[in-house]
Amino acid sequence: MTALTTHRVVRFGRFCGTVSGRSLAVGTVGLLGTAAVTVLSISRGSFTIAPADVLRTLLGHGTAAQDLVVLDLRLPRILAALLVGAALAVSGALTQTFARNPLATPDVLGVTNGASLGAVAVIVLAGPAVRTVPLAALAGGLSAAALVYLLAWRRGVDGFRLVLVGIGVGEVLTAGVSWLLVRAEIVDAARATIWLNGSVASAGWEQIRPLALALAALLPLAVATSFTLRAMQFDDDVVRSLGVRLQAARLAVVLTAVALAAAAVAAAGPIEFVAFVVPQIALRLCGGSRPPLVVSAILGALLVTAADLAARVALPQRELPVGLITAMIGTPYLLWLLVRANRRTSA
Amino acid sequence: MTAPIRATGTPDRTGVPAPARPHRGAALVALAGAVALAVVLSLAVGAQALNPVAVWHAVLDPDPAAPATAIVRELRLPRTILGLLTGLALGAAGALMQGHTRNPIADPGLLGISAGASLAVVVGIQLGVGSLTGYIWFAFAGALLTSVAVFAIASARGGPTPVTLALAGLAISALFASFTQSLLIADAASLNMFRFWVVGSLSGRDGQVAAQVAPFIAAGLLLALVNAPALNALGLGEDVARALGQRVLAARVLGVTAVVLLAGAATAACGPIGFLGLVVPHLARRLTGPDHRWLIPCSALAGAALLLVADVLGRVVVSPGELQTGIVLAVFGAPFFIMLVRRRRGVVQL
Repeated sequence: MTALTTHRVVRFGRFCGTVSGRSLAVGTVGLLGTAAVTVLSISRGSFTIAPADVLRTLLGHGTAAQDLVVLDLRLPRILAALLVGAALAVSGALTQTFARNPLATPDVLGVTNGASLGAVAVIVLAGPAVRTVPLAALAGGLSAAALVYLLAWRRGVDGFRLVLVGIGVGEVLTAGVSWLLVRAEIVDAARATIWLNGSVASAGWEQIRPLALALAALLPLAVATSFTLRAMQFDDDVVRSLGVRLQAARLAVVLTAVALAAAAVAAAGPIEFVAFVVPQIALRLCGGSRPPLVVSAILGALLVTAADLAARVALPQRELPVGLITAMIGTPYLLWLLVRANRRTSA
Repeated sequence: MTAPIRATGTPDRTGVPAPARPHRGAALVALAGAVALAVVLSLAVGAQALNPVAVWHAVLDPDPAAPATAIVRELRLPRTILGLLTGLALGAAGALMQGHTRNPIADPGLLGISAGASLAVVVGIQLGVGSLTGYIWFAFAGALLTSVAVFAIASARGGPTPVTLALAGLAISALFASFTQSLLIADAASLNMFRFWVVGSLSGRDGQVAAQVAPFIAAGLLLALVNAPALNALGLGEDVARALGQRVLAARVLGVTAVVLLAGAATAACGPIGFLGLVVPHLARRLTGPDHRWLIPCSALAGAALLLVADVLGRVVVSPGELQTGIVLAVFGAPFFIMLVRRRRGVVQL
């Protein structure tokens, strides 16, 4: 791997950083893989379309039947998977860097739990009002994150206090969800459980458009903050002496992470594993000292689309939740990395 | 990750041995008193309030004709004993877990105990096990197997470190939670039983449940106390501990065995009760300082008192209904925990 660890300097206005050859290679392979999985995923289903026809249809030269299946039925679902994966992975990478902790995910900022409480409350208390569920999830996620941030504020916010407060608030929100499920009619509890599993199966353009807009606005912001993140790995005093406005930078990073996670959870429900495992995988593939943002986004999109494809192909009659598949793909890989890292340090 | 150890003040810096801290003994006694008080409350308070004298008679000098006898001996006594046992277990397990991972936000769920127990319970329900006394063994086996697997993975080739332990625990938990959820999606009948187990409660458990878990919790508490001195050395870092003559791997295995017995049995009996193992060591540490020989017993007692009080509150606040203990603990415990976190002085990193 040493041959690939050459670093190139990248300048962007007043921001400046380096990109390693290894990250470039991983990113490129990841992009190619994502494209391949996307085309394969669109081609598979109860009505199989050849990959070449998929490409032709995407470029606007398909038959009416192909247009219907590809553009109206399958594309929204795949796009949702791509966007949700990228958003969750970047959110996880930001949170893990911010808290200087590989275990921190958007969950500890309260987003997932707040969104779950919002969505379950609407499902259980308001009955079948499908349209308001994503909105309730978004509102719940954002307000929980705001609460966590305010409670953690004490002449500034440090990562440790934020994580601890987030865990405390998260416990209450989780208890609220359990309580609603105990009180609910079993039919509503079952519907809530489906939402709690996270799925892109029913995603339509009305979920994708806001998510795509959020990503378009937030990804560049995340990359811009990454120049500050590089400094944030050090002690607070060191960071300040490097000329970083610490609290402003932290607020920007947290806001970006929260907004990305909230948008993703509102669109697809909690697919929790992605934010936790993808940044760690990206970090170990690329080397370096913190999860890379762009590579995380690519690998997140790859993981969720591949998981969605596996969920549809493995048991076509019974829709498996995509979160189950992401966990089944991600867990063994993370464990293997752990064992390998252990071996290296102990050798 | 820096240890959650507070500076003990001047003695360390001057090299003078730390003087005995008299208030530790007082803290232990006070906590024991709090537990006794909580036990009395738990026996006396409920849908039918009883005065302590009637409770006293019902326990020690039962009169079969008195209505209080049936209420206390058949309903409240088993429930109180179970609360006492699981509270002791979760408090001690939390202190052990935070000591071993040197992570102040570690709780027993980190080893995969909740996730493993949950998955096993759902599997048990699907196999047709309908009673709590039946699927308690599934839950315990699930907790046991999962935590052994997590510990084995984290220690593969080179011994477990705090970070590998937490990462392996989270990874396995996520996987098992997904399995559990997808089993529940497919089967509303299982969901119906499971949702009452997973909320974490002492109600509806008869005396048999307490009897089933008691030996495991007793063994776990014993191992925890044996493990305490080694844990003090491990708090200085593994290399220092080794130089001090500690057998690091043996100490880790002992600690994890204790956590598994304690938290596994408690979770099996009551369902996941999330907050207790997290918050109690922080409370106890304020009374005792970082010495695990004091911290572990104090955490156990504080856990028991807190769990019983939470259970009593749950019976009272929404009377005539009942709020599950796990929910009471979260709602009342979290603000307290957040206050503790906000008060903490200095920058502490994970």
